[in-house]
Formats: sequence, C-alpha cells, structure tokens
Amino acid sequence: MSAKQFNIDTVQHAAATPDEEQPWAELGLKQDEYQRIVDLLGRRPTAAELAMYSVMWSEHCSYKSSKIHLRQFGAKVDEVMKKDLMVGMGENAGVTDLGDGWAVTFKVESHNHPSFVEPYQGAATGIGGIVRDIISMGARPVAVMDPLRFGAIDHPDTARLVHGIVAGIGGYGNSLGLPNIGGETVFDPVYQANPLVNALAVGVLRHEDLRLANASGVGNRVVLFGARTGGDGIGGASVLASESFDDSKPSKRPAVQVGDPFAEKVLIECCLELFKGELVEGIQDLGAAGISCATSELASNGDGGMEVELTSVLLRDPTLTPGEILMSESQERMMAVVTPEKAEAFEAVMAKWGVEYSWLGTVTDTGRLVITWDGETIVDVDPRSVAHDGPTYDRPQARPERQDALVADTFRSSAAGASLPSSPDELRSALLELIAAPNLADTSWITSQYDRYVGGNTALAMPDDAGVVRVDEETGMGVGLATDANGRYAYLDPYAGAQLALAESYRNVTTTGAVPMAVTDCLNFGSPEDPEVMWQFVQAVEGLSDACLSLQVPVTGGNVSLYNQTGSTAIHPSPVVGVLGRFDDVSRRTPSGWREEHDGEAIYLLGTTRDELDGSEYANLRGHLGGVPPRVDLAAERLLGELLISGSRDGMFDAAHDLSEGGLAAALSEMVLRHGVGARINLSPLLARDDLDAFTALFSESQGRALVVLPRSEEERFVAMAGMRGYPTQRLGVVDAESGALEFQGLFSVPVTELREANTATLPKYFG
Amino acid sequence: MPRTTEFPFLVDTTLPTYPDSGVRVGVVTFPGTLDDRDAARAARLAGADVVPLWHADADLQDVDAVIIPGGFSYGDYLRAGAIARFAPLMDKIIDAANSAAKLPVLGICNGFQILTESHLLPGSMIKNDHLHFICRDQQLRVQNTSTAFTGLYEQDQVITVPLKNQDGQYVADEHTLDELEAENRVVFRYEGFNPNGSRRDIAGITNAAGNVVGLMPHPEHAVELGFGPDHTGRDGLFFFTSVIKHVLEAAK
Amino acid sequence: MPRIVVDVMPKPEILDPQGKAIAASLPRLGFTSFHAARQGKRFELSVDGEVTEEILEQARDAAATVLSNPVIEDVVAITVVDDAAAAE
Repeated sequence: MSAKQFNIDTVQHAAATPDEEQPWAELGLKQDEYQRIVDLLGRRPTAAELAMYSVMWSEHCSYKSSKIHLRQFGAKVDEVMKKDLMVGMGENAGVTDLGDGWAVTFKVESHNHPSFVEPYQGAATGIGGIVRDIISMGARPVAVMDPLRFGAIDHPDTARLVHGIVAGIGGYGNSLGLPNIGGETVFDPVYQANPLVNALAVGVLRHEDLRLANASGVGNRVVLFGARTGGDGIGGASVLASESFDDSKPSKRPAVQVGDPFAEKVLIECCLELFKGELVEGIQDLGAAGISCATSELASNGDGGMEVELTSVLLRDPTLTPGEILMSESQERMMAVVTPEKAEAFEAVMAKWGVEYSWLGTVTDTGRLVITWDGETIVDVDPRSVAHDGPTYDRPQARPERQDALVADTFRSSAAGASLPSSPDELRSALLELIAAPNLADTSWITSQYDRYVGGNTALAMPDDAGVVRVDEETGMGVGLATDANGRYAYLDPYAGAQLALAESYRNVTTTGAVPMAVTDCLNFGSPEDPEVMWQFVQAVEGLSDACLSLQVPVTGGNVSLYNQTGSTAIHPSPVVGVLGRFDDVSRRTPSGWREEHDGEAIYLLGTTRDELDGSEYANLRGHLGGVPPRVDLAAERLLGELLISGSRDGMFDAAHDLSEGGLAAALSEMVLRHGVGARINLSPLLARDDLDAFTALFSESQGRALVVLPRSEEERFVAMAGMRGYPTQRLGVVDAESGALEFQGLFSVPVTELREANTATLPKYFG
Repeated sequence: MPRTTEFPFLVDTTLPTYPDSGVRVGVVTFPGTLDDRDAARAARLAGADVVPLWHADADLQDVDAVIIPGGFSYGDYLRAGAIARFAPLMDKIIDAANSAAKLPVLGICNGFQILTESHLLPGSMIKNDHLHFICRDQQLRVQNTSTAFTGLYEQDQVITVPLKNQDGQYVADEHTLDELEAENRVVFRYEGFNPNGSRRDIAGITNAAGNVVGLMPHPEHAVELGFGPDHTGRDGLFFFTSVIKHVLEAAK
Repeated sequence: MPRIVVDVMPKPEILDPQGKAIAASLPRLGFTSFHAARQGKRFELSVDGEVTEEILEQARDAAATVLSNPVIEDVVAITVVDDAAAAE
C-alpha cells in the first residue's frame, strides 16, 4: 500500500483531457508509436498506460526491429527438427524432450548495457534474469555458462569490467548453487565501450512439471511473489537497451537493478515446491518491464483478461508512482496464477520459505487488462496490444560500401601477411605467441572464481569442449552444452559468420560425444537504425536459420541485443550460438586431453586443412582483419559430428578436441596442456596430402576438423569407420609422456613447461 | 566390440562402503543451503540412510550423525553462518553434540562457519586473503584420524578435495591456535598451497571430544567417479564411510 | 523517527584483507595521505518512538551477540540518531 497520495491520471480523466501533453519522447517512444497508442485506445493513454507501452514497446522488450526477421527461425523448421520440441520460441525458454519423461530447457540472454554501467550488478542480474526464465518453465536450473566479450586486454577500463563482471557472475551464480560449466572470453577493441555479457542457463524438468506463462481459468487469482518492488531500473529496459551510449545526450536515470541471490535461491526452492504440489496454473518471471510485462503477457497468453489492483503490490519504496511501479525492474519477483482452491496451500509454501506475496487480482474473460489504483481505473488496455502487437519495423538495410574492399583485403595480400614465419624458429615463436594471445590464453583467472562442482552432476566443464551435466542419476543420461561466436568472421561475412558460430558450437558438442538437439542464440549487434548494421543482422539471421535447417537442429529460444555501439562505431556482428546435445550416459563423454596412461596412443586429425587465414587469430596478432572467413561446409560438420559421436559411444576415443580459433597449433597445445603430457607430431604427411606449408598447416582455421586420440589397437577400426563415411583422416603422431614436450618432428619442440608458462601468464598479468 | 569406458557410471565397489548399514545421517537445510543434495548423495553412496532435516524443526529425528552442508545460508548476510546458528534445529544439534552421546557433527564450508558462529568450534572465517571466490582441487594432509569422520584415513595421508568459497580464511588468536596444535585438534591442513591465508594452513579442526569436525573444503564433491577432482578423485568418500563405521562400532 | 547506529570494526589484531586492498589502491587513485585503512560495518536499527534505556540495552545485546562476532570483531560505537532533531 502506498503511503503517498498521487495525482492519479485515471482512464476517465484521460478520456476527458485528450490534449494533455504526454512525455512520450522522454520515455523513448517515437511520435508515430505514440499516435498508434492513441489510435488503439481511442483516447490519449493515462500516465500508467504510457509507462507500460513505453517499456513494452522498447526494442529490448518488443523486438520491433528484429521480429520480422526472427520469424525465419520458426519458418525454416522441418518435421525432424520438430520431433523433440516440446515448447518452441515465444515462451520464456524453449523446452526439448530428452526421453524417459525428462525434458530440458535452456536459453542465452544478454545484459550488455547494464554491465558497462555497473559491472558487478549488471552481470549478476543478468544471471538472475536468465535463471528466472528457466524456473518459470517449471524446471530446476542446473547450470550456467557465460560468453563474455571485452575490449582490449591492456586497456585500463577493461580490468574494471573484467573484475566486476566476473565477480558478479560468480557472486550470483555461486550463491544460487549453479555450477558454471563453460563460456568464452574474447578481447577485442570493438567491444571497449560495449562489453557483451551473455548468460546462459539450463534447467531440467519432468514432463508433468512443464508450466507455461498463461493466465487461464476465469476467476483464478493472480499473485506477485518474491522481493518487494522498488525503484530498480525504472526505465532501464526502454532506456538502456534502446539508447546507445552517447556523451552528448543527457543521461536518463540509468537506475541499474541490484540483485539478491539469496532471495533468488529461496525463490527457486519455493517455486519447485509449488510445481511439485501443482499449486500454480501459470507462471511468469519478472524481468525487463516488470509488472507491465508479466501482467500483459500472462493475460494475452491466457483467457485474454485480467484485473489488477496495483496498491496491493508490496513496495520497498513507498514513494513510487503507479507508472513507476509498473515499470520497475526489481529483481527476484515472479507472478503466478492460482486457483482459489489452492490459494491456501500456496500461502503455506510461501510461509515455509519466508517469501512475501500479494494477491493482485483475478483472471477475467473481458479481453482487457484493467489495472486500478485504489479502485480507480488507471489502465484499460487490450493486453495483446501491449505484449505482442507492438510496432514492427522493417528497417532499411544496406550492404556496407566498404564490404568489397574488405573482402579483397586478404591476409596474404596485405602488408601484415607479407612475411610469414617459415623457419622452425619462427614457427616456434609464432606458436608461443599464439597460445599466449588474449583470446587463446588460459582463463583460469576467471573460471576459478566459479563453482563448477555444486550439484554433483558436472561431468565435464571448461576447459573441455562442452559443459556436460548429468540429468538422471539412475541411467546417467545428461546434456552437453557449448556456446560460440566469432565476431571477426561475422564482420567479414555476417551470413557465413553466423553459420560458422553454429558450426563451431555444434562441433564442440559432438566432440564430447553428445547428439545435438537444440539451439539458442544471443544476437549482439549495433544500432538497427544504421542500415549497414541492419544488413549485418539480417544476413546473420538468414545464415543461422539456414544452417539450423542444414544441421537439423531447431532454435528453441534466444535473445537479441541491439544498440551495442558508441557513436557511429558498432561492435562486430556477434551472433552467439549455443548448442545443446544429449548423452545416453554422460560417463561416456570424451574429454579434451590425453593423460599419462595414454602414452603411445595415436593422434589423428579429421578433416581437410586449406589455406584459410583471413580473420584468424594469427591475423589478429598481426592486426589484420580482411578477406573471407573459412569456408562453411555444413554437410561435413554433420558427418564429422556423426563420427565423433559414434567413436565416443563406442569408447573408441580417449580424447577428442575440435579445431577452431588458432587452428592446429592451438588445438594441439591445448591437448598437451590439459594434463601436461607431451606429444610427438609429424606434419609431413599432412603437408603432402593437403598441399600446405608448415605455417599454413599450423595456423589456418579451416572448419570441420577435430583431433582424436585412440589406442593403436583401435586405429584400424577408426580409419575404416571414417573411410566408410568418406571423411578424411590423417595420422599426425603419438602421445609422448616421456618427452615432456610438444614436438613437431623436423621442425621444433616446445617443453610443456614453456608452453604452460606462455599460456597461463597472460590473464594474471593484466588482472592480478 | 566396444571397449569398456574408463569411467563407469556406478561407484567402483572396490572402495569400501556400508550398503544397508542402517545408520541414519541427517543433512540440514537452511534457506540458502546449496550442497545439501550433494552431502545426501555422498552419505547415500557410503551406505547411510539419509534424513533431511529442516532448520526450523527442533527435531533431530533420531539420527546417528549430522552433516551441516555448504552454501550461503541466509545469503551469508551479516556474516557467513551468523543467522543460521540461531535456528531451532541448531539448538538441538549443539545439545546433542555436547551430550554424553556425543553426536557426530560434520560442518562443511558454510557448515564449518555455522559451527564456529555457534561456538561448537573455536575461531572464525573471514574473507579470503586475495578477496576472490576460489574454486580449486585442493590437497589436504590428514593429521587426525581419531575423529568420527576420519577413522578410515591414514595418518598424514594427502587427499584431494574441491575447495570453493569466498570467506574461507580461518583465523583465531594465537592462544587458541596453540591450543589446537597442542591438543592435535587440527584435522586437515592445506598441503602445497594455502588458498586463502588460513592461519597455520588450517583447513579443518575438531572439538576436544573428536565428534564435531569442521572443514572448508567439500568432501561431498569427491565421492563419485567422473564427477570429482580431475574427474577421477573420490578421496572424500571416506568422510562418510568413516562416520558410518564409527556409529556401527559405537553401537556394539 | 530515531535510529540506533551500531559500528562494528574488525579487531585490531585481525588482518583485514579488504582494508588492506583499499589502503593499497588509495595512493594509486591520488590519495597519498593515508597509510592504512580498515573496513567495518555500520548497522542502523529503526525504533518507533523514543529510545529508552531498555531499548538501548537491547541494542547493546544485539550488537554483542548477533551484529558482531566477538572472535573477530569489536563493537566500537552505539549512537542514537534522531532525524527530526538533526533536521533542526
């Protein structure tokens, strides 16, 4: 109950005062959008209605610039892809059937702008938000991952962001009891003022626990529970995401949300009990646009109507106006629909966990969302108009004029690529330089701040290729996840770049032996008002959706983050793609490095290596970005995946690692460093077969490749298996536990200690 | 013919466990507790019957031993364990631990913090000296094998157990530290690397009677092949089998 | 409406890692006059009406048993702040 008396702008008053000025521009709406609201209502909106529309029609909430393009993900789906899909895009998170009555839900989201403003809380609440999306599907969250992109590693502001963001992710995620099982860390100047903080959460549920966000059953009661409502992030969604950082404009109250992980942990346990007791008919988490979003979405997804008395909302700050209450983004809140018969049982669960709640209203069949303040109507809208029928833009796209010149500027033809390492010493130095590069360096400085053990179901985590979590303790059934993106490739060719992100993520998952089943994506781009950025976006969506169809894995949900730019410089198009795969038994998962006991085992390279250095990490070291990204061959990725899964299930491989950034040099180094056991490699046959020089063989980033390690007794069977599928294999060498080095015969050798020193020194050097 | 995999799902039965022991081990849950399910799994794998205990219930339900697991009870707000130690269940645990029956009580991480806050164990935990949360596979040296939870370890055995916390630096005044040393009440010491600045490298201690043990690292995360340190470690299982053995022998 | 403010500081003999980190960073930020820093906690307990001696005693009790951990912390001050009085 609010103690303050406000000058309430009622519907009645609004109808009677059509000419009263409304601050639609300050709230981020455009003139035509405002006019549309007036047309929809048949009168001017009240202050509260204006607040609702302004947040719900913001880019972040309405996806107005991306909606028409995102439809491709739903359109390019065939029967095979739909087979295990229980809940597709459009809900809080997609749900995939795992069999045996189990299902999994996962999604990746962004919290980019808030993390630049307040790194700890921005990142923390990013985790909080995505975890609530998972809970609201009826699932127990079981793991998180964090794909992160920062500016240059040596820029002073980067340390500020890295410290705060990593501490925030750890602080929140660890406190929820969620193991962090993977992620990425990329350093590139383009992200300097626009870091990307994407958070992925995965949850598991029994089929019968599935809940959707709809309010159905006329007369059912609507309840808000969790934390009290305060002034957190008022205007945060509509302001921060829709406005890029620009010093010349006055700042619009960037009230960042502050998270309370303890409250969320209690909320998780509380919700799980509600689901187990079948005490809620529908449930929605409150994220961007808080109550505005929850009420309008629940109402429009259900029987169509809802009545809410807003003074019932429990407040932390009694000075909030009705509009502010509607826009507030206070964390750790959920809204549910409960039948009158179950209300008492609901309250008992709340009491047990000490969670506050307030009954806000009821579900109706009027087709209107009516919100009152002390009985006076301050909102009377068609909830669909707020939640789903917001403005849709088909923004102009234009292929950048620079694109042709960019593509022609290949690495080899550039000054940077003029003199490439060729002598053994030069190659040795280049390898050491590469594995010390910020994007390839060891990230323990970061990952040791995350709990990877809690839950006792983590079968694999970073630095292995995918995060693997056991779902069923009886059978060992579980899931494997990986996230990937390469902004450099996407900058050179957004269509191919998006496909390559999926290919890499898919490859990471199959490398560990999981069968890919679903995709989630976080599309991080610059301003959609820039036709060149819009072109990049549409190209990426087309590429990704085409690739999903090719690889037969559906997008089940995702997120779009636009306006990631400062001034006129946009970030590289950064479509982060997460793939989820399934294991019959996680104990069969293939680790990414060999151990001492594998001494003498054979190391094979699967796939073909071509001269593909454009956009590579090596080119990055030389400051060059131009040309075309590595060739996409999705049929090959599929074939490779089948081989890796087959071999894993058979127990044929003792280790497997896919090749991506840094090519063969990075991949072999990583396998050696995994347990500190050396290898003896002979590149000659590979050079001969693929017609390459040593430099290209080591640093090219051709796709569709993986390294596998197997006992000599399995070689024949393996080669035959690959041969049957027509997939190229090349024996590279053997595991060498005695040497204590990574040796390229006839070229150079690097002791494991030197390799480790180079690889592990980088992050501590900059971050302490 | 497929090869057998290296890490079979089921716990390797060559590690001694006590299936169907009939020993009842209570695992406490506070709001914010995180590792209760893991502690329960560990006790179950060791052969105990697990009894979930809710903080607000002043009823120990006749358990033979209690585990206070890790996590962030009450968010670690105020101080880690400071609020949890006032729970009705804690009164019962304290009484039972101090009674003639000498109920075995194991406090892991936050559990250890709760034990120090409730004065069942001396000293206190403050923030890690480097100020970060740290998760690492930590080597420990077992220095007291007479407690209820360490009977199956060898004296001076070095084990590997996951450590994961933000406020794990054990401190106490010199007098207390000297007393702990003199009475051989330091049960575990950090070996090879002190991850948080704990005084005298102390990772875990016990009370005078040896029935109450607290440690910062997490043995419950090192009990199952494939899921422990380096995916192979199971050194933590002996905590749980030791207490079962202890209870069975005490019953004779 | 009065508040009782309780200030808690780590005991002098306890090494305070947060204080140490703060003291190290101050000079880097241009504040060169401080050779040490310690970080404590401040609690504010709101009281309805007057702060009687009995209420103050409760506050002292709470300070000693709950708000501070006597093993590592000292209660260094308990003050009554009356906003109405302060506003005059």
